[in-house]
Amino acid sequence: MSAYRDKDPRIHGIQSKIRVVPNFPKPGIMFQDITTLLLDPKAFKDTVDLFVERYKGKNISVVAGIEARGFIFGTPIALEIGAKFVPLRKPNKLPGKVILEEYELEYGRDCLEMHLGAVEPGERALVVDDLIATGGTLCAAMKLLERVGAEVVECACVIELPDLKGRERLNGKPLYVLLESY
Amino acid sequence: MLQRALIFSSSNPICSQLSTTAPPDNTVFPKRNGGWIIPFSSYQLPAFPSDSAANRPNMASQDEQDPRISNISSAIRVIPDFPKPGIIFQDITTLLLDTKAFRDTIDLFVERYRGKDISVVAGIEARGFIFGPPIALAIGAKFVPMRKPNKLPGEVLSEEYSLEYGKDTMEMHVDAVKAGERALIIDDLVATGGTLSAAISLLERVGVHVVECACVIELPELKGRERLGGKPLFVLVSST
Repeated sequence: MSAYRDKDPRIHGIQSKIRVVPNFPKPGIMFQDITTLLLDPKAFKDTVDLFVERYKGKNISVVAGIEARGFIFGTPIALEIGAKFVPLRKPNKLPGKVILEEYELEYGRDCLEMHLGAVEPGERALVVDDLIATGGTLCAAMKLLERVGAEVVECACVIELPDLKGRERLNGKPLYVLLESY
Repeated sequence: MLQRALIFSSSNPICSQLSTTAPPDNTVFPKRNGGWIIPFSSYQLPAFPSDSAANRPNMASQDEQDPRISNISSAIRVIPDFPKPGIIFQDITTLLLDTKAFRDTIDLFVERYRGKDISVVAGIEARGFIFGPPIALAIGAKFVPMRKPNKLPGEVLSEEYSLEYGKDTMEMHVDAVKAGERALIIDDLVATGGTLSAAISLLERVGVHVVECACVIELPELKGRERLGGKPLFVLVSST
């Protein structure tokens, strides 16, 4: 599902604020830079509003944001819908007891961590990140939440790169995005 | 207006910390492992009778502390010996689990900065990304992430700064801000002030006026406040 397909009138303004930077971080990659969106207060607010309108009143008590750009979108959403915010972080950043989930990168592996005790069994959760590419990070995030007994209601991203088929990697969990980039 | 002048006065803030003879109440979640936080008096917040009635209806404390501060303070978890022995780590993730306390934290900053013609909120990676964006959205400012090296894809300015052992670098997109803009810098905590100082430098190098630095927590013994080149610092909680 995507707001782009729903043709919400705010989408065009949001899309026009995202900067595409070629050959970053390496040749051949077209990097979707959301920092330019954050420079437009109206477009940034519209972005958050689109998610808040979708999730408010749905009994969601957890918004999990993936370090670091997931923090930028996740916290305003959490505050507006009255949910707690749970940061999912790279290794050795969280100071308390954690659980960790490894995932594959193009070359090698990485790891995502979550504090134990932050989420309780039965809680309904969203996972938020700026972009979904292969879906590896989102998949690891979902596993962390499910391992502590939470229900992942949906994954939410500003941008999807559909050619990388990340949507198929979410074990049937729904994905909602505002924009698609080919 | 007199009220505004008081807020932005940087010289010799009166420091009347609320002292208690016993540790504050235990947190409901999680338990704290030793250490306790002295709530910082809200001298920096306007303390005028008309505001008091509206904003602090129930609590009359000797130091006019905003009643929201105490719950914010007790929601922060202190973890000893992280990231290494001897360090007492101030963990704000537990604050983020308390929806009211998190909301109050943001509100305290928003009430201070709304309507002050601030067009830039710069947040320091990564915990500054948690508090900065909600503040930016509420006051109608842009959010500018200040990042570790090689994360920002566009043209950047870099500033090196010292760590306890070694150095680190902070980067900012050059075209994120314009000369003459008024900016806040946000981070979760100020310790030695090195990171905030680097952020101030980056913004000033492109002609931005840094109005104030704002953090949830200060570790006053590390004297970070003195390292900000005279820029004012506003915090909610002081931890010694």
